[in-house]
Amino acid sequence: MNQIPIPRDIPLPLPTPEPVLVIVLVVFFLMHIAFVNFMVGGALLAFYYELRGLKEKRYDTLAYEIASTITANKSIAVVLGVGPLLAINTLYTVYFYTANALTGTFWISIIPLVVTAFLLTYAHKYLWKRMARRKLLHLALAFAACLIFLFIPLIFLANINLMLFPEKWGTVQGFLSALTLPNVFPRYAHFLLACPAMTGLLLVWLFRRKTMEEANVIGFERAELIRKGYSWAFWPTVGQFVVGPVALLTLPHVSGSTGPTTAVFGLSLLASLWMALLIFVEVGRPAERIGRSFASICLLMLSVLVLMGAGRHLYREASIAPHRELVKAKTEDYVRRVGEANRMAHPAGDQRRP
Amino acid sequence: MDFPVFHLDIFGNRGLIAMIAILHVLINHGLAVGMMPLLACFEWYGVRKGDKRWDELAYKILFVSFIITTTIGALSGVGIWLSVSLVNPYSIGSLIRVFFWAWFVEWLVFITEVCLIVAYTLTWKKWRDGEAKRRHVRLGFALGLFSWITMAIIVSILGFMMDPGNWLADSTLWSGFTNPIYLPQLAFRTPLAATMAGIIALFLVPFFVPRIDPFRHQAMRAIALWTLFFAPLVAAGGWWYYSVVPSLMKDNLAVSALTLAFSGWLDELLWIAVFTVVAVVAVVQVAISRPNLLPRVALIFPLVAILWMTGHFERVREFIRKPYVIGRYMYANGVRVDDYALLQRDGVLAYATYSTPLTEAEKASVPSRLDAAERDAALDRLQKGKDVFMDTCSRCHTTHGVNAVAAHLQRLFGNQPWKPDLTLGYLENMHNAQPFMPPFPGTSQELSLLALYLEQLQHNTTPTSGAQQVGIVVNAAGAQRQAAGDKGQGVGR
Repeated sequence: MNQIPIPRDIPLPLPTPEPVLVIVLVVFFLMHIAFVNFMVGGALLAFYYELRGLKEKRYDTLAYEIASTITANKSIAVVLGVGPLLAINTLYTVYFYTANALTGTFWISIIPLVVTAFLLTYAHKYLWKRMARRKLLHLALAFAACLIFLFIPLIFLANINLMLFPEKWGTVQGFLSALTLPNVFPRYAHFLLACPAMTGLLLVWLFRRKTMEEANVIGFERAELIRKGYSWAFWPTVGQFVVGPVALLTLPHVSGSTGPTTAVFGLSLLASLWMALLIFVEVGRPAERIGRSFASICLLMLSVLVLMGAGRHLYREASIAPHRELVKAKTEDYVRRVGEANRMAHPAGDQRRP
Repeated sequence: MDFPVFHLDIFGNRGLIAMIAILHVLINHGLAVGMMPLLACFEWYGVRKGDKRWDELAYKILFVSFIITTTIGALSGVGIWLSVSLVNPYSIGSLIRVFFWAWFVEWLVFITEVCLIVAYTLTWKKWRDGEAKRRHVRLGFALGLFSWITMAIIVSILGFMMDPGNWLADSTLWSGFTNPIYLPQLAFRTPLAATMAGIIALFLVPFFVPRIDPFRHQAMRAIALWTLFFAPLVAAGGWWYYSVVPSLMKDNLAVSALTLAFSGWLDELLWIAVFTVVAVVAVVQVAISRPNLLPRVALIFPLVAILWMTGHFERVREFIRKPYVIGRYMYANGVRVDDYALLQRDGVLAYATYSTPLTEAEKASVPSRLDAAERDAALDRLQKGKDVFMDTCSRCHTTHGVNAVAAHLQRLFGNQPWKPDLTLGYLENMHNAQPFMPPFPGTSQELSLLALYLEQLQHNTTPTSGAQQVGIVVNAAGAQRQAAGDKGQGVGR
C-alpha cells in the first residue's frame, strides 16, 4: 500500500514568523556545513599527507598542520548545527520527525559515532609526537576517524531526503532502504567533493598568513603550500561540474514549481565556473603574486554556497508546500473537533481535565 | 498516531533518553558549569601568589574537562534532543514551539561558551604573563559565567515540563519561562554543579600531583574547602525544590525513585542519600584537616556517590511529573489533556495516520485452525490492538523488556490466562489505582483490542518492532478505521 499520509501538525502556532525560521535555517546551516566541510576535508587531507609522510618527512609536518585545524573546526561545526536543527524542528516538524523515526536506529547512532570520531581526532592530534614510532597505529586512528566522518553525512542525507517525499514514507523500512531513494548518492558525492574543495581554500587562508620562514618550517615554500591548497579547491570543483548537474537531474519530480530552483542552481554553476577560472589563474601565478585573488575566490565560493542553500530551500518548499497545506487543513479540522468534543463533554466546567 | 512510532522494545524508549540525558547532566554540571569557575579560581590564585603550580594543575584538569565536554558533553546535549524527538515527538515539538526563543538564545550562549572554552584552553600556554595572563583569568571567569547561563536557560524548560504555571492560561514564553519550579531548581543545580566539580577535581589531583609533593595537600585542601562551601547550599536548594514540587507529583515520588515493586524502599533510599552526603562531607573534612591521611581509593567513594546522587535525582525528576510529560498539558503517552474528550469519544485509531505492522511472531499467535476469513478478522483485531498499544502505551512500556507490560501482567495475574475478561477491569481503572498512569485515551472498544494484544504477550516473548525496523503502513483513511470505531466521523483524506 503506497498511500500519501496526511498527518496532523503540533497544534501550537509557530513561535515566530516563518521567514525568520527560514533565515535561521538557511543561513546557519550554511555556516554549519562550511565547518563540517573543513572538518571532514581536514581529516581526509591530514590522513593523505600523513600517509605520504611515511616516505617524505615534510609531508608529515604538513599533515600535522592540517590536523591541528580539525579539532577547533569540529567544535564549531557541532555548535553551529544546533541552530538549524532547532529551526528545522520548528518549521518542518511533521516531515523531519517522521524521517527521523523511520531511520531511528541510525539517526540516534549519529551521537556515539560523532563522539567516537571526535575522540579519535583528539587522540590523533595530541598523540602525534608520542606515537611517532607507531606510525601505522597512528594512521589507523586517522583512518577510522575518516571512515566515521564519511559515513555520518549519509545518515543526515537519507533523513533530509526522505522528509521531502511523504509518498515514500509508507515504503521505507529503516535507514538502508531510505538510502535507496533517488538522489541520495548524487547529493552525497556532491557533499564529498565539497569537503576537499572548501578545505583547500582554508589551507590557502592558513598558509597565506604565514611568513616565508614559518612556511619553511613545514618544509615547503610558502607559494608551494598555497598552490597545494588551491589544487585541492580546483580539482574537486571541476568534478562538481559533472556531479552537480547529476544531483540536479536526479532530483525527483515534485508537484510544486522547480523553475526557480533550476535558475538558482544555474547561477551557482556560473559562479563556480568563474571561481574555478580564478583559481586556475592563481595557481599559475609566480610566488610573489600568488594569493592576490583569494578574496574574490572566497567571495565567489560564498556566493556559490548561498545559491546552493537558496536552491535547496526552494526545492524543499516546492516539494513540501502542497502537502503542507493538506496537513494544515487537517490540523485545523482536528483542533475544531477537539474544541467541539470538549464543549460537549464539559458544557460549563473546566475543559482541561478529562 | 501522527508520527511513525519509533520503539525500542528491549531497552525501552525512556531508557534511551535517560542514559543520554544523565550522561549529559553529569558532564555539564561536573566538568563545565562547576569546573570552569573552580579552575579560573585556581588560575587567579596562582597569579596572585606567584605560584605556577596552581596554574599547571588547573591546566591539566582543564585539558581533561576540555576533551570530555567538547566530545561526549556537547554531543550528548544534541543526543537528548535527537532521542526525545524519536521517543516523544509530540512533547519536544510542543516545547520547541513554546521555547523557541529561549532555546535560540541558549544556543547563542552555547556558541559563546564553546568559543570561550576553545580559546581558554588553546591560549593557556600563549597568554602566560602580565596583562595577557590577567586577560586569560578573566576569560576563565567569563567561560564559567556562560556555562552557568546555558544551564540557567535549560533549567527553565525542565521546570516547565513539571509545572507550566501560568502558561496554561496565557501561553506566553515569559510565563512558561518563569514557571514555579524554575528558581528552586536553579538554586539546587548551581551549588550541585560546584560540589560535583569539587569532588571530581579532588579525585583528579592525585593523578597529576605526586604524593611526595607538598602541593598536593594544598590543592586538595583548597578544593575540599570549595566543596564544603557549596555542599550545604545543595541541601538548602534541594529542600526548596522539593517543597515546590506539586503535591500530586509528591505522591508519585516513591514509585519514581525506584520502581513500582520497590516503592516502599523510598525511605531507605532517603537514608542512604543522607548517609552518602554525610560520608562525602566527612571525606572532604579529612581532605581539609589531614590530607596526607587520605588514601586515593577513598576519593573514589565521594565521586561515585555524587554521580549516583545526581543521576538518581534526574531519574526521579523525570518520573515524578507522571502522568504528564508536560504538566497538566500533555500526558506521558504524548496525548494532550485537551484531546481526551475527542479521542475517548471517537477512538485513538480514528485519528491515527499510521499503523505499525505486526511481526511474524505476533501473526503466529493467531490460531492456525481458523479459516481464511476468520484469520483475517483475527489479524485485523490484533493489528488494531497493537496500534493501540504502540500509540498509547509504548512511550513508557515495552512488551517484555524494561518496564514491560508482560511483567506487570504476570505480577498481577500470574499464570492464569490473560484473557481480556480478566485484564479489562484492571486496564480500565489503572489510572485511579496508580496515579502516575495516564487515563486510557481511547474508546472501550479500543481497550478491548488492547487487551487482546496483551493476551498474546503471555506466550509470545519475541520483542516487537518499531517503525525504524518494519516501517509503517499508512492508514488508507481515517474513515476506514472509523467504520470499526462506528461513530461515523471520519477524518483523513
